[in-house]
Amino acid sequence: MNGQLSTKHLLGIKHITKEDIQLIFHTAENFKEVINRPIKKVPSLRDVTIANLFFENSTRTRISFELAEKRLSADTINFSAAASSVKKGETLLDTVNNILSMKVDMVVMRHPAPGAPQFLADRIDANIINAGDGTHEHPTQALLDAFSMREKVGELKGKKIAIIGDIKHSRVALSNIYCLKKLGAEVVVCGPPTLLPKHIESLGVNKSYNLKETLEWCDIANVLRIQLERQDIQYIPSKREYNQYFGLNLSLLNSLKSVPVIMHPGPINRGIELDSDVADSEYSIILQQVENGVATRMAILYLLASREKIEY
Amino acid sequence: MEQGKIILDKGKFQLTLERLSYELIENHGDFDNTCLIGIQEKGVLLAERLTQLIKKNNRKAKFDYGKLDITFYRDDFRRRTTPLSPSNTEIDFLIEGKNVIIFDDVLYTGRTIQAAMNALGDFGRPNRVELVTLVNRRFNRHFPIKADYEGINVDALDEAYVKVEWKEDDKEDRILLFAGKDKKN
Repeated sequence: MNGQLSTKHLLGIKHITKEDIQLIFHTAENFKEVINRPIKKVPSLRDVTIANLFFENSTRTRISFELAEKRLSADTINFSAAASSVKKGETLLDTVNNILSMKVDMVVMRHPAPGAPQFLADRIDANIINAGDGTHEHPTQALLDAFSMREKVGELKGKKIAIIGDIKHSRVALSNIYCLKKLGAEVVVCGPPTLLPKHIESLGVNKSYNLKETLEWCDIANVLRIQLERQDIQYIPSKREYNQYFGLNLSLLNSLKSVPVIMHPGPINRGIELDSDVADSEYSIILQQVENGVATRMAILYLLASREKIEY
Repeated sequence: MEQGKIILDKGKFQLTLERLSYELIENHGDFDNTCLIGIQEKGVLLAERLTQLIKKNNRKAKFDYGKLDITFYRDDFRRRTTPLSPSNTEIDFLIEGKNVIIFDDVLYTGRTIQAAMNALGDFGRPNRVELVTLVNRRFNRHFPIKADYEGINVDALDEAYVKVEWKEDDKEDRILLFAGKDKKN
């Protein structure tokens, strides 16, 4: 089987095809086997240097990318805005160009401004991977979510998937919607009216304000974090009230006819969107998501690198 | 389309496999401390056929069997025009201290075997590694690699292409020689 991605960069799920997604899944399955070996490493990217540029905080995504890079034998450099010349007023393009002149082949970037990866992709030569841009997209998270769903319930065509919580401020929600719709799943977004964007139906999803109904309907519930740091005004009366109406707890799940698979991209606000008795229950696949994150990111890096023919 | 020349027909194909299985039994007896690994994708077909014959011809034979994909170890990554997609690796045992027998359908430049040996290193340090190949193309080897068990030897020009057909995939067991490489499918 031959396979090549249709794109040089991974800026968002919006711009890639269903075939790209399936190629990434196929490759990720094989990398999942690799990372379960005693020696969890292959030499594929030994001549590739990758810069991880994090202009915004991250734990999981950053560690996951770094592990994926190391397990492909790439050289990596890490950059975090807090301890850099960004604080002295250097522009994004200058920062990145300076890093690239040290012979870097790929850039993994998280940035608070939506569209920052696109801005770079238009101006520089390296492959860009979006690791989250503001409230816009987080494509690798959506791919690992869909990969984990597929592992749990099989092909996603026709499957019922609910995305619950702060849809308005979530890049994970938007990327998930694009990805799941491309794979043919039915998607419902559920949350308080203030946190569901207007016209979200234009993306081909349905809206619900009723958590219990949504949970009864779906095969999988992807629960999102309330992003208090992005909320400029008060969208919910209180965390306690949010938890009462939209938080998942075990007694709610036990009252359902069948319990859906529970996912969360992390970090969890325990006791707000997800109670500990659910997060740590047999229904949750949160830790499998993290494992799949490394395999999926290895697949993305490998496939993007394989597009570039090397010349000495 | 160019017709390939049959260089090993169905009958002789089976005889060759039988001979290889006896050679392996001769050297390894009951296959104590030995594991057999087929290289994806065509080497797996050879390995599966030979493991069946070994078990038939020596009922006491007992060994670990696995499949190895070498895509991530290839030395032409980022140098090919079309990237290759990987197949499954299924090795649920360690090869540390074991005798390993690897199988591939055609030994030509030796680059696949070189990659396979790099890959094997990630499953432990083997005691020794042997190679079984159905077709040994003797010209144009790129590395100092030699098969321990050979089905047939083929001396052909670089432009030629040798294709092993398997009844599992192509209805009939046989080996064909094509004059031009473009007939590869």
